[in-house]
Amino acid sequence: MKYLISIGLGCLTVLLVGLAWLQSGGIARTQMRNAQHPEEALRMMLSNVQAHNWDAAYARLANASEVDKRAFMRDFEGSDGSLLTYSNLESFDVWGLHATDEEATLRCRIRYSTALGPIDDVRDIKAQKDANAWKIVWPTKKLPSLPPQVIPVNYLRWDVINRGAQEDWGVENVDSPAVRIISMNAVQRPDRVVILGEIVNEDSVPAYVNVGATLLAPDGQEMAQESSFDEISHTLLPKQVSPYRIDFPNMRLEKIKSVRMDAKAMLVPASADPVIAVNNQRIDKDPLGRKVLHGELVDQSGEIVNIPHVIAAYYDNTGKVIWVSDGYVDQALLPQVPVAFAVDVPDDIASKVQSYHVVVNYFNNTSNT
Amino acid sequence: MRIRDWTVQFSVLLLFGIGAYAAELRAPDHVKAGTTFTITSSGSGGGTFYLFGPASAVKRKVDSGSEIAVQSEEVEHAGRYTAVLCGSECTATHFYVQAADPERLSFLVHPSRVPVDDPNAMSAVALVFDQFHNLIQQPQSVTFSIIPKSGSAVTEERRSDQGIAWVRLSSGRREGPTKIAASVGKNDEEIRIVQQIASDACNLRMRPEWVSNKFFVETDPVRDCSGNNVPDGTVVSFTMTDSNGKTTVDVPIKKGIAKVEMPISGSARITVASGVVTGNELNVAGR
Repeated sequence: MKYLISIGLGCLTVLLVGLAWLQSGGIARTQMRNAQHPEEALRMMLSNVQAHNWDAAYARLANASEVDKRAFMRDFEGSDGSLLTYSNLESFDVWGLHATDEEATLRCRIRYSTALGPIDDVRDIKAQKDANAWKIVWPTKKLPSLPPQVIPVNYLRWDVINRGAQEDWGVENVDSPAVRIISMNAVQRPDRVVILGEIVNEDSVPAYVNVGATLLAPDGQEMAQESSFDEISHTLLPKQVSPYRIDFPNMRLEKIKSVRMDAKAMLVPASADPVIAVNNQRIDKDPLGRKVLHGELVDQSGEIVNIPHVIAAYYDNTGKVIWVSDGYVDQALLPQVPVAFAVDVPDDIASKVQSYHVVVNYFNNTSNT
Repeated sequence: MRIRDWTVQFSVLLLFGIGAYAAELRAPDHVKAGTTFTITSSGSGGGTFYLFGPASAVKRKVDSGSEIAVQSEEVEHAGRYTAVLCGSECTATHFYVQAADPERLSFLVHPSRVPVDDPNAMSAVALVFDQFHNLIQQPQSVTFSIIPKSGSAVTEERRSDQGIAWVRLSSGRREGPTKIAASVGKNDEEIRIVQQIASDACNLRMRPEWVSNKFFVETDPVRDCSGNNVPDGTVVSFTMTDSNGKTTVDVPIKKGIAKVEMPISGSARITVASGVVTGNELNVAGR
């Protein structure tokens, strides 16, 4: 009886280990180990990356001598508190674009699950045949490094002293910032109604803003209520303009009589730095054929920006805001180093776009600031 | 708890005693809050005196037929009071306590920040109270003053109505903190600070500059139409369009100007704006 329990527990352990192996993609890895096709080589490498088996993934590189292993890991795990440092490689798709007997070009779409939702990374990767096996030519990316220097910053910051608890309510205080919704448009999308527009801080102090919308039925009843959540730049400096967007899933515009807008503003401590330039903005097609607004972000200050967030408003030929899209950038912004970004624009909207306005919001680790 | 007990006792006394009314109480019609006065009683023998006010109640033994002294601290709250004297029977009288002389103001000024040269942009409201926090409803003369950072103060008098006096004020033409004061009688002024801020930028202009083969755009000192400096931190947006696409930078004003480095290739058109105000346009060629 004593041996029976021990044997039973041993079998159970083996079974559980086996299940865990299957769960982590073990069969796929084994099948691909002997793969003789470029797609399989890339799949195997990404599968190893997904399992954090960095040695095996790195061994799949044809140009390992040119690629620093830490830089290779950084491509997937991020650095400097970027969004990738709070992410996991969730899944990937690989397909071939062009192949000869010795060389192939592949395209992969890597999906990360991050603290701020899923993000996709589409890359074109080359593979080459090495003896009897295909290996991956990982693109070497030399990060521009700034020479050591001191960047002078005229640090500009607002702090707030509010009414004390012992003082009479309403007798003396500082007012909330004056903000104004300068445009609003309701757009019907296939699966939702989208309320979008722009808001400006008209005051001389920074404002923490949020825009809410309530849909009203023809009988005056409230149908739904939503806020802009993260599709707005919440902290607005004086005279700064931010796009906002509020989504109402499963709603139809024809059932709505009116929309009640609500802009809330709070006085908050804020800093005028960092200044982030948005260079070379252009609407183009990405490798998957989708319309995107792409460009480069340049942190003109001396501090690192951990997680940049790009919000873009698109205008038609009458100057009306017809769409707002946003996207997080998976790399941190190092001082003076350009980082590419791209945000989606629906095809039917892109054809009507005459101009656009991009603002950059950001989230920083408190240890940076 | 004590007030409730007394109220019950008072009700019981009224039930049994009011019918056998004999003694009489006589109080002044109007009494100023916080002053000592007397209530005259008729009759004889000992009795219990009750005094009920809007926020107080008093009970003590007195001799009927004598003057009943009411202490100043027993009538600090303005309103209707009831005095009751109970011996073998009970009798009652009412009188009103009015607010004392003006002593302090509750002063509200709105907003705390106001653009310069804005007519009737500020409102100042003063509520007049006595030393016991009673709102003084009789008309009082309240003096409002604007004390600019430099220059002499401007004053204006207003009569309070039902305890409230107010005035609308226009902001001055110079930026900076301004003191708004209000006073009543010979008491100290209540002072609030209103920050007068520059209006929107006026005649926004920028100029190009090459420094060590780097291209910069810099505004002239950004001022409003009254010549005040627009506050530091106000965002100025530069937009450059060249063969590479569009480049935008939102730059906060620092030390009165906004300055930014822009990468330039070929010829480019640069525009500048701050909020809803647009400035001049530059056409430049890269080096």
